[in-house]
Amino acid sequence: MAHTAEHEYTTTGLNHRKMLMWVFLGSDCLFFAALIATYMVYRGQSLVGPYPVDIINVPVTTISTFVLLMSSFAMVQALASTHANNKNAIVGWLMATAILGAIFIGFQIVEFNTFKNEGLTLGGNLFGATFFTLTGFHGAHVTLGIIWLVIMAIVGAKGRLGPDTALDVELLGLYWHFVDIVWIVIFTLLYLIGGFDAGPAALSGG
Amino acid sequence: MASITAVIPRPTSYAGLWGWITTVDHKRIAVLYGVTAFIFLLIAGAEAGVIRMQLASADNDLIGPGRFNQMFTMHATVMVFMVIMPLSVSFFNFVIPLAIGARDVAFPRLNALSYWIFLFGGILMHMSFVVDQVPDAGWFSYANLTEKPFSVNRGLDYWSISLLVLGTSSVAGALNFVVTIINMRAPGMSMMRMPVFVWMTLITSLLLVLAFPVITVGLIELTMDRNFGTHFFIPAEGGDPVLWQHLFWIFGHPEVYILILPSMGVVSEILPTFSRKPLFGYPFIIFSGIVIGIMGWAVWSHHMFTVGLGPVANSVFTITTMLIAVPTGVKIFNWIGTLWKGALEFTTPMLFALGFVALFIVGGLSGVSHAVSPSDFQQQDTYYIVAHIHYVLFGGSMFGIFAGAYYWYPKITGKMLNETVGKINFWLLFIGMNLTFFPMHFLGMNGMPRRIYTYSAEFGWENLNRIASFGYVVLAIGMLVFMYNVWQSRNSRRVGHDPWDAPGIEWSIASPPPPYNFAEIPQVLGRDHYWIVKENAEAAGTPITEPEALVDPSSIHMPSPSYWPIFTAVGVALIGGGLLSHYALSFVGGVIAFIGVVAWSNEPAAAPPKEHH
Repeated sequence: MAHTAEHEYTTTGLNHRKMLMWVFLGSDCLFFAALIATYMVYRGQSLVGPYPVDIINVPVTTISTFVLLMSSFAMVQALASTHANNKNAIVGWLMATAILGAIFIGFQIVEFNTFKNEGLTLGGNLFGATFFTLTGFHGAHVTLGIIWLVIMAIVGAKGRLGPDTALDVELLGLYWHFVDIVWIVIFTLLYLIGGFDAGPAALSGG
Repeated sequence: MASITAVIPRPTSYAGLWGWITTVDHKRIAVLYGVTAFIFLLIAGAEAGVIRMQLASADNDLIGPGRFNQMFTMHATVMVFMVIMPLSVSFFNFVIPLAIGARDVAFPRLNALSYWIFLFGGILMHMSFVVDQVPDAGWFSYANLTEKPFSVNRGLDYWSISLLVLGTSSVAGALNFVVTIINMRAPGMSMMRMPVFVWMTLITSLLLVLAFPVITVGLIELTMDRNFGTHFFIPAEGGDPVLWQHLFWIFGHPEVYILILPSMGVVSEILPTFSRKPLFGYPFIIFSGIVIGIMGWAVWSHHMFTVGLGPVANSVFTITTMLIAVPTGVKIFNWIGTLWKGALEFTTPMLFALGFVALFIVGGLSGVSHAVSPSDFQQQDTYYIVAHIHYVLFGGSMFGIFAGAYYWYPKITGKMLNETVGKINFWLLFIGMNLTFFPMHFLGMNGMPRRIYTYSAEFGWENLNRIASFGYVVLAIGMLVFMYNVWQSRNSRRVGHDPWDAPGIEWSIASPPPPYNFAEIPQVLGRDHYWIVKENAEAAGTPITEPEALVDPSSIHMPSPSYWPIFTAVGVALIGGGLLSHYALSFVGGVIAFIGVVAWSNEPAAAPPKEHH
């Protein structure tokens, strides 16, 4: 069914859908850039607590970051299995990617809940607003990716994924790796660098 | 989900209303875009009429200040997002595949989706009139005027959520054109052989893809401030209203080029055609366009000189803004060079193209005058700015769009617009436009602020305002003449495939073009391909008089019509509508959009050929 689409003539030799995905990811870069810029502009501008130093838990998020990075490894394996036409491995690796992604989301839900209980809310201060908005939209991207992964695993279980349709898996992989890379930036800025910020007075003093 | 595609049989008819609703043909989608945007043009034009009537005399009380705020807000928002952008997209749709020798765009169903989301987003915005909670904070909706304490009704929510919906449409459309232009050119059409209009479409699309996410974030933050208790732009809670201005203008300035580059492309097609010589300095025009596309990202703070960003920021943005005038000036000199010693033919499209060049120079010069930040302090928020923006957007963008409409109309319909009526149309718009907007320069210099709903007679602004309002009447008559011209063309004779003896590939096929565009994909010989083909034929003693012969459409495998674009678009619109009424509706919309996307990806782009059944 997808054969005609994949072998059609293109000027650059690059598949239309692959180019679409790359340009879309370029667009999504600017989306996260604007969200991250908002966070950075408002860094240390919260008038009341809780401040990052009070609640950010770097060790726990390091674990969930590791889980998310491992999901990228599973994604690579899923694509390799698709090229190798190994049906069980395709489904297995796709589901593994989805489950690792789901664990990451689980960590995020627990984190959001803990933060809420410790008084961090959307309306409480700018740190809450920027933190929840940025990580929330990233979490939404991961969730969308998980849904896509599960659908592809079902398609794979029906035996409809193989070398001929490897592009379907590759596009999903591009998206998944992109979302991972964005998390690395967020983890660095919000946790490793900004995670120890105290209130505005402390910042200006030190 | 595969069962859904099996239960609902794929549409097969190309006729009637369903044929239009399920169409994926870029030429039909172009017509849908054009007609819809023209209706929005009439609505936004009527709003301008109310503004001009209110300002026609001093101390007028035709409408109150509240209604006046709604009028200028909706006039500008609709003109920018629902008139000029979609009219340009209408030309992208019709012309691009034909001009690069392709049979359709890269993603025909995505193209249909873009249109339907645009239509529903536009309707959503206008629902604000139905509930009488109309946006009223200006088209750039500066915080913290837009925050709940200052804008209690839901008008600004209609504004931001409709723009989010419209943004989805614009980005989807732009992604499609980037891929189409880079990846679907006919053999022989290298990048440096592409018509200028194709180049400008590519640059515009890339700007759209990169600029819209920024305003998306701004709109999301505004929506969250108004609905979910955040304080992104509320100073009392530490928020900074200036961040909104930065986000808006980082999008907003590339947006200015999104509005003007397509018209620059149209004019670059028309001037050579009616000067009977190739475009002067083609590579300079292309590279100037690219430079504008890049530098357009480095000038946004010239909208914010009076905010108080400090002398360093103001100086830097003064310099970058003056620099970006250089590539624009290069283009103007190239257009003039194209005309130089040409065998000029003053057809209606040519008149509009020349009008574009003349009026854009005026708008460009006033633009340079507020690029200088000290001088801008005098002009900021006065009618001088209103004059400038209308010279570049009406005299520039809209004149380019009219030029394109008159130029490609015979290709779209197979019939000519009347030339005499067209010339009357041009002169009415040209004179009306100058009568309306030229006096605003003086009003602005005399200190009349924008956005005031009335003024006292003792300021001495009444006479110039009266001239401007009279100019509006001339413009309105000009628009009616255009509509009459389209209406009367239904009875006019069919014209040949190449009425202008034009250089573009699109003129080598029948008018209107068959669904498959090209029976045989052309081998492109150079820039101005069709001129080369015609010259070669002439030299061989067999001049071309007929378009490419038609073939049996079923012999060419084309993308099939589909229900899923409009189905998915309904879902997207409901997500937006739900945020404005009841969140349950958003959930329903989400489910509909999800089903639409899954069913869509289960459906092959082109139905299998009939003989397989």
